[in-house]
Amino acid sequence: MNEQLQVLAENDVTGPAKGPLNEAKVLKVLMVSSSGGHWSQMLRLLPAFDGMDIAFACTGKEYGETLAGDKKFFTIPDASMDAKFRLIWQALNVFKLLLQIRPDVVVSTGASSGFFALMFAKRMGKKTIWIDSLANVDKLSLSGRRVAPYADMYLTQWQHLARPEGPHYLGSVL
Amino acid sequence: MATFSATGGSSLLGFCTLIFVTVGTQLPFDRLIQALDQWAAQHPEVEIFAQIGEGGRKPKHFKSKEKLSLKEYSEYFEKADLIVAHVGMGTIIAGIENAKPLVLLPRRQSLGEHRSDHQFDTAKSLSKYDAIYIVEDEATLGDTVLAVLRNSAAAQKIKISASPQLLGGIRSFLLDK
Repeated sequence: MNEQLQVLAENDVTGPAKGPLNEAKVLKVLMVSSSGGHWSQMLRLLPAFDGMDIAFACTGKEYGETLAGDKKFFTIPDASMDAKFRLIWQALNVFKLLLQIRPDVVVSTGASSGFFALMFAKRMGKKTIWIDSLANVDKLSLSGRRVAPYADMYLTQWQHLARPEGPHYLGSVL
Repeated sequence: MATFSATGGSSLLGFCTLIFVTVGTQLPFDRLIQALDQWAAQHPEVEIFAQIGEGGRKPKHFKSKEKLSLKEYSEYFEKADLIVAHVGMGTIIAGIENAKPLVLLPRRQSLGEHRSDHQFDTAKSLSKYDAIYIVEDEATLGDTVLAVLRNSAAAQKIKISASPQLLGGIRSFLLDK
């Protein structure tokens, strides 16, 4: 807890821009997903974030081991849309993680953990990106539908699910 | 209704064939495991190993574990000649990245195998990939497995990264002023 407060305190010293204005700032990106297919799809998006400072969060604690090199990895509690208390617990942990990491950008492929991450991040004024899972062919996932108001970039991986007001289609991870 | 055909002899299969079966880690998929168990009884020369999910019913004719570590999972995936699975995106991506043929049986909501029937839609949308074989009825699972094992035209690796438009679009969203 102390650690977290310390992080908060450090980050709250905002004031004028810290570096020279013309020096390009390295974007801090938080990539959040549940384990399994959501995670596999998210990793296929990595080239888009090349050169940025990336932190990962997943509901499966082993998943950090699948990352090459020295990557920042955080575990969040698992939950599904039909377990209310676990959802609340997950939301709290996601919120805490956002305070700890203070990312500029939050990205997710799903599911509930990504929904919470985007919802909080948007309210904190961060950039948010949602890429709905390829598994949702017939309609968007439940998290994917609910996340609409919080996603600055709102994408589906299926052309037929794209709408003018979003989600948009740019391509898929396969 | 099981239609294990007369052509189901074992003579053409190699002795080192390994099938890796995975139904994910969350929900068991006994219908798939049992169909393959029946087939395995007639094909003792084929080695099979399965991740059957928490609470899944154990097969009699091959080895299984409820949940594999990620390391075990990727080891089996690499060693296997063929993957038999539910229509899960993790499995499908791993299959494509490892160039393994996949025989997939969609879960049915009506049988309590999933919360929705979306695996059927996913399955339909995947028909464009040559190395993905969708089996709608478990009675034909064994025949399909046999056919795929005998047709040694290996699965081809498809493009290793995501679509350039998707990656480029995300990147310029973040970096373009």
